[in-house]
Amino acid sequence: MIKQLSWKVGGQQGEGIESTGEIFATALNRLGYYLYGYRHFSSRIKGGHTNNKIRVSTSHVRAIQDDLDILVAFDQETIDVNFHELHDKGIVLADAKFKPSIPEGTNVQLFAVPFSDIARELGTSLMKNMVAVGATSAVLDLKPESFREVVEQTFGRKGAKIVDMNMKAIEEGAKYVKDSAPQAVPMMKLAPADGKKRMFVIGNDAISMGFIAGGCRFMSAYPITPASEIMEYMIKNLPKFGGTVIQTEDEMAAATMAIGSNYAGVRAITASAGPGLSLMMESIGLAGMTETPLVIVDTQRGGPSTGLPTKQEQSDLMAMIYGTHGEIPKIVMAPSTVEEAFYDAVEALNYAEEYQCPVILLSDLQLSLGKQTVEPLDYERVEIRRGKLHNGEGLPELEKGEYYKRYEVTEDGISTRLLPGTKNGIFHVTGVEHDETGKPSENPVNRKNQMDKRMKKIHHLPERFPTPIHTNEKHEEPDILLVGYLSTRGAIEEAMERLENDGHKVNHAHIRLIHPFPGDELKRLVEKADQVIVVEHNHTAQLANIIKMNIGFGDKMKNILKYDGTPFLPGEIYKECKGLL
Amino acid sequence: MATFKDFRNKVKPNWCPGCGDFSVQASIQRAAANLGLEPEDLAVISGIGCSGRISGYINSYGFHGIHGRALPLAQGVKMANSDLTVIAAGGDGDGFAIGMGHTIHAIRRNIDITYIVMDNQVYGLTKGQTSPRSEFGFQTKSTPEGSIESPVNIMEMALSAGATFVAQGFSSDLKDLTSLIEQGVKHQGFSLINVFSPCVTYNKVNTYDWFKENLVNLKDIEGYDPHDRTVAMKTLMEHDGLVSGLIYQNKEQKSYQELVPGYDPKKPLKDQDLKISKDQFEELMTEFM
Repeated sequence: MIKQLSWKVGGQQGEGIESTGEIFATALNRLGYYLYGYRHFSSRIKGGHTNNKIRVSTSHVRAIQDDLDILVAFDQETIDVNFHELHDKGIVLADAKFKPSIPEGTNVQLFAVPFSDIARELGTSLMKNMVAVGATSAVLDLKPESFREVVEQTFGRKGAKIVDMNMKAIEEGAKYVKDSAPQAVPMMKLAPADGKKRMFVIGNDAISMGFIAGGCRFMSAYPITPASEIMEYMIKNLPKFGGTVIQTEDEMAAATMAIGSNYAGVRAITASAGPGLSLMMESIGLAGMTETPLVIVDTQRGGPSTGLPTKQEQSDLMAMIYGTHGEIPKIVMAPSTVEEAFYDAVEALNYAEEYQCPVILLSDLQLSLGKQTVEPLDYERVEIRRGKLHNGEGLPELEKGEYYKRYEVTEDGISTRLLPGTKNGIFHVTGVEHDETGKPSENPVNRKNQMDKRMKKIHHLPERFPTPIHTNEKHEEPDILLVGYLSTRGAIEEAMERLENDGHKVNHAHIRLIHPFPGDELKRLVEKADQVIVVEHNHTAQLANIIKMNIGFGDKMKNILKYDGTPFLPGEIYKECKGLL
Repeated sequence: MATFKDFRNKVKPNWCPGCGDFSVQASIQRAAANLGLEPEDLAVISGIGCSGRISGYINSYGFHGIHGRALPLAQGVKMANSDLTVIAAGGDGDGFAIGMGHTIHAIRRNIDITYIVMDNQVYGLTKGQTSPRSEFGFQTKSTPEGSIESPVNIMEMALSAGATFVAQGFSSDLKDLTSLIEQGVKHQGFSLINVFSPCVTYNKVNTYDWFKENLVNLKDIEGYDPHDRTVAMKTLMEHDGLVSGLIYQNKEQKSYQELVPGYDPKKPLKDQDLKISKDQFEELMTEFM
């Protein structure tokens, strides 16, 4: 009986690899297992090797497993590319059609199952994926019936006949393995799960849900990998709440349209990845200068330029903190789990209005697209705060031709916002330096006052941000403090466990608020540690540099950097840490 | 009820004496009053350049944005608050060079806003460089030997892009211009009004006198029908784009807002509930369970 399983299905892009993984995982989610998924795919519609790796567990998992128990292969390339991941007792379930072979000299077992032939006999070779799911279920000792609900949901609108055919394909796949390879059944009997209902969801969908729950009613965006799911989710769901989405001509329009909408009183957002963010830089400056709320999601992918559009990286960090010419107040948030991505999306909308400035909600490809199990979200935690927003009632009449002081210098730097359309509230907005009413001004005293006012607005955010750093502080005097941000949390947690088993004392800090930087909090953690190892997906150690810039301690700091496009595995972090000790 | 004087503020424009933009400013103020608007009902969203300053010279809500991006800003404002009358404004460099991508797509999208372009065929604020509307051979600081690029035939281009309201005005003709702006605002959809607004400092070719000599008022063309796209295109070609008046209007095509599924023109987006119900929340979660 196993409590954890690492399963991968691979083949050519466009062959239904993703949906195979999807159906398999969704069924297991319904049974109450915890899951964590990773999709390997390329920037093309059809062809090219693609795979979907899914970790199944009876307890919470937040990282990809280093090795593999079962590899389901639809072509020889899948075996050639992924075989090395299988451990010694692993198995390959491959379509007999391509006469699969595995390297000699290992204990890995190969079972050739006629996925395509069985499917064709049942009606269409398209169902070979279902046969493969059935074959897997036999090895795991799961009943084919466990998949019925998901199959009905997936194929229901195509009619009962199609549902029956697909169920039959699963049954036949299981039967074939039982009959022809009885030694495989049940080779990896999966321990039962708790049967509780949980969500199985990608970061992008959680972010989108957060936006809807947080009151976003308009989105303008331009398609890009790996951010498009946000726009697609919003197009599907916003109209139910009276909102709408415009697919714009480019990212400059996407960001400026969202600014226009925010200015007029709607919580509006846009989402993109590195190349789009590069184009939005001037808009980010405009939102900062005009103190207009704006939330932008940056789902980081491999850069620079077009870079690695479908691969993992965390190399936009500096650009997101400092990007746009000149100096503006800006908030940069970094959720470390899909669950946090939901709540952060809600809070990003709140902060944008409270601080009247752009908020970048950072993600990375693995967080945005990797599907993971999430406990049901808490409706009561969703709060809507609009900050200093005047409802327009009781404004004194303006002297003819005079303007409302929209940019009044206040103690906390935040002035009361009014919406266009308000009687007696007319003011001007400009990206040019301006006075308290928004009229252009080059007066040096005014310039200094307005700069100071804008820049000081966000200073106190780290003090009120609920968890600016997610910490696991087991030790008062740790040997190592591991630091990371975004999707690497699970891999770091597991590496930490292994290091602890080796006798090392390890603490973990995952940075959740990137800017303004929670320096005091991190300093406290860094001071106590013998050494600090910063784990991140880029070449120039951007996060480590941000930390050094804010709190120093450069002599204690070491880096683990990965920029080959694949997400960190726990074992990689563990090994590199051992090398650094 | 507001008069055009109520749309004046205390800011003195930094335009050169004699600049065509003064007339555009006055026409917007007059049109707004004639349409029965109050200052708070109007939002003027402008680009960057001499003409882009116009949003600061009218007593209404105003947003002076980024070079070339007045249109996406203005569309965002209108989508958020359909009760506002939204006028986007800028120069020919703003709209037809750096912002041309947005212009074409704003035309296609047909959101109910009015776009007024102050077309002086030259870059003024940067002190005299060629613009996308400069005539072939036009000498500027950046084209000392004369421009060797063709000017964009903007009215023809607008028709090709599917514009539902295309008009051209002239700064010397305040009455006609005011009327065109009124018609543009009333039009249900995107209205483009290109205004010949001479630059008295950097364009010594396309002057007030030059336009008076060369511009044909469509009222003077007998039987001109602004609802016939073919005739509109032919007339523009025959006169090399030098016509003034309402060139084309399509009243049949619905505006973007009227076509958005579930979009309620009676209830602006800004007034939608921000909070969703617990049931709706559960429903969103169920999709992933």
